[in-house]
Amino acid sequence: MSEPPHRRRAHTRTRDLERYAGLFAARTKVMRSSAMRDLMAITARPEVISLAGGLPDTSTFPPQTFAAQMTRIAQESAAEALQYGPTEGFEETVDCIAQVMAAEGMLPDPEDVIVTTGGQQAIDLIAKTLVDPGDVVICEAPTYPGAVPVFCSYQAETIQIECDAEGMRIEELEATLERLDGEGRRPKFVYSVPNFQNPAGVTMSLARRQRLVELARRREMLVVEDNPYGLLRFGGEPLPPLYQLDGGDFVIYVGTFSKILSPGIRLGWMVAPPPVMEKVVLGKQASDLCSSTLTQFFVREYFADGRWREYIASLIEIYRARRDAMVEALRTHFPPEATWTEPEGGLFVWATLPDYIDTEDLLAKALREDVAFVPGRAAYVDGRGHSSMRLNFSNADGDEIREGIRRIGKVIAEQVELYGALTGERPPQPSERRTAEGANVLPFRKTAGGGE
Amino acid sequence: MKVAVLKGGRSLERGVSLRSAARVEDALERLGHEVLPLEADGELVKRLGEERPDVAFVAMHGRGGEDGTAQELLEILGIPFTGPGVAACGRCMDKVLAKHEMRSSGVPTPDWFAFNETAFRELGAADALGALEERLGFPLVVKPSRGGSALGVKFAASWFEVPEALVSAFSYDERVLLERHVEGRELAVSVLGGEPLPVVEAIPEGGDRYDFEARYEIGRTSFVCPAELGEAETAAVTEVALGAYEALGCSGFSRVDLILGEGGPQVLEVNAIPGLTDTSLLPQAAEAAGMSFEQLVERILQLALPVATQG
Repeated sequence: MSEPPHRRRAHTRTRDLERYAGLFAARTKVMRSSAMRDLMAITARPEVISLAGGLPDTSTFPPQTFAAQMTRIAQESAAEALQYGPTEGFEETVDCIAQVMAAEGMLPDPEDVIVTTGGQQAIDLIAKTLVDPGDVVICEAPTYPGAVPVFCSYQAETIQIECDAEGMRIEELEATLERLDGEGRRPKFVYSVPNFQNPAGVTMSLARRQRLVELARRREMLVVEDNPYGLLRFGGEPLPPLYQLDGGDFVIYVGTFSKILSPGIRLGWMVAPPPVMEKVVLGKQASDLCSSTLTQFFVREYFADGRWREYIASLIEIYRARRDAMVEALRTHFPPEATWTEPEGGLFVWATLPDYIDTEDLLAKALREDVAFVPGRAAYVDGRGHSSMRLNFSNADGDEIREGIRRIGKVIAEQVELYGALTGERPPQPSERRTAEGANVLPFRKTAGGGE
Repeated sequence: MKVAVLKGGRSLERGVSLRSAARVEDALERLGHEVLPLEADGELVKRLGEERPDVAFVAMHGRGGEDGTAQELLEILGIPFTGPGVAACGRCMDKVLAKHEMRSSGVPTPDWFAFNETAFRELGAADALGALEERLGFPLVVKPSRGGSALGVKFAASWFEVPEALVSAFSYDERVLLERHVEGRELAVSVLGGEPLPVVEAIPEGGDRYDFEARYEIGRTSFVCPAELGEAETAAVTEVALGAYEALGCSGFSRVDLILGEGGPQVLEVNAIPGLTDTSLLPQAAEAAGMSFEQLVERILQLALPVATQG
């Protein structure tokens, strides 16, 4: 997900804010932020080609459909649509959710579903419900950058498990769990984005899905499956969600309408076992009482005509072409030492540069060329990821993507050449370029300072 | 008075500038001035010409606003402005130039070498790096010459970390400096109209380097003001800070960053237009001197006006 638009004035009354410093809760000290946010503020300049956001393309949603739906809501259900709704969400919304989940082979009990304000609120409610300060939460390395501040704000100790082309390395997860056993600690949950992961773009293999679910059952350990992109597949065969493999005993499922319909309606959902759900509902009551009634009516209207799958199909065609444009541009413009993932769906490519390039510094250089990306550190809690970057292909057209990648390639080439001049190392020549297939393996960095 | 607040711009410190400007605008309003917020974009000169403010409050940091560019325009337009003039801004912005000026004026600053990117790309300067260990020792600090805050500043603990640090620093400027790392307390002396304000000490939490994150984030670095220094230490630090302020030709206000090590205070850099955000050091120093933020803003404004009209 992406940064909200920058406000013109940071505070309307900033009067001596430092005087409030002593009032801040301890958890605000671990909230990450700032320097990058300042840099990202610059990416909002209109001349910048931003491959940094995580925005779906909402430009092809038919305005007539939008207008017709809202008109119908106004004419037929104005009072109800303007009223509060149930905390769990309307039954009709849950019916729509059931249709979406069925499209991926899942048949949840409607009683286990709660409508949330985006998938982000689901992650927040899960952490709020389960995490005490100091508790262990496990996630992928790299992980969804928007999950990091959630775990941090509940003061979780976040442990990240390396990913490769098949997703989270379950062996490493098992070793970590055993180490935690030895310390008498039990993680509250394992958070994973198994399909076209944000940011890495990789998909967890079937074998690993099965092992993860087995592990969860054997250890009675909760797994949070965050699946915003599952239906946005443009290549390869769909794989069963963890929720389907597990049957919903130990897998909490998080879904969203953001990427298949609109992030502006702020509607997502969670499916959880009843005892967990009971606490989550209380948490949601405290947070916002209920998610938007108006946009739930919008979803209901939208699903009524049955064309939601056609719209997703049209998005898939657009995104596939953009993914192809990005991968092709990467092959042309990135240096031979760079590697990147070639996702079969979703919104992101994850590229990794030579170790000596710090992508935060590279971003400063790239911004002078009017192009932006997300530096890899944002996807780690421990400072790793410094030579990687997340590139979004859903919210720029093919020409912008090609030009953006060309510009990033140019600043990388300058860094590579400079490093060569500094160390006397001859940069690899184009003839030594690895084949594109070789790029399937992710050279995710190990812990800083080397070693596993 | 009609006060234009110049803010934003394309510098990497745009976000900081917007936060500084927001506070300044609020203070100016409370002081009863007519506030004209102006984004530093393609319309700036036109707007200034149309609006003819009595004075411009330059709340910009980094390139474009702190390097003399905006000040030059304001001089051409004949609009008085806050903070140092064109030449001082140019000297402060360029750390290498500033260090030369300070050294020739007898202001202590850590030893350094400076390199242009061209020297490495075309003249084989890498071969000269061997002399670093002997002359500067490790660890050393690698910095872009013209860079705001701590962006692109890296520590190199050994020879092997130097090339990577140089690549980072060169991301911000074509000229970088390698500076001897001086172990010591991190101090800042804000100077207001030639008068030093109480010394601020920055104490990074959890052993963090004093980096860009920490510098602008509440809770990551704690600040003590006035710093706990002996009388003689305070006098030495203040004297060195004023020396730097004068050596670089500053006026209005500026902030001098120093390290107090075993060999006495040494100046790292002078910020021509220090931040005025909620976590910035100048407002903290002013408060320690008994000035509210409004009083500070009013004083900065007065210093900008021609002597005859200063109240």
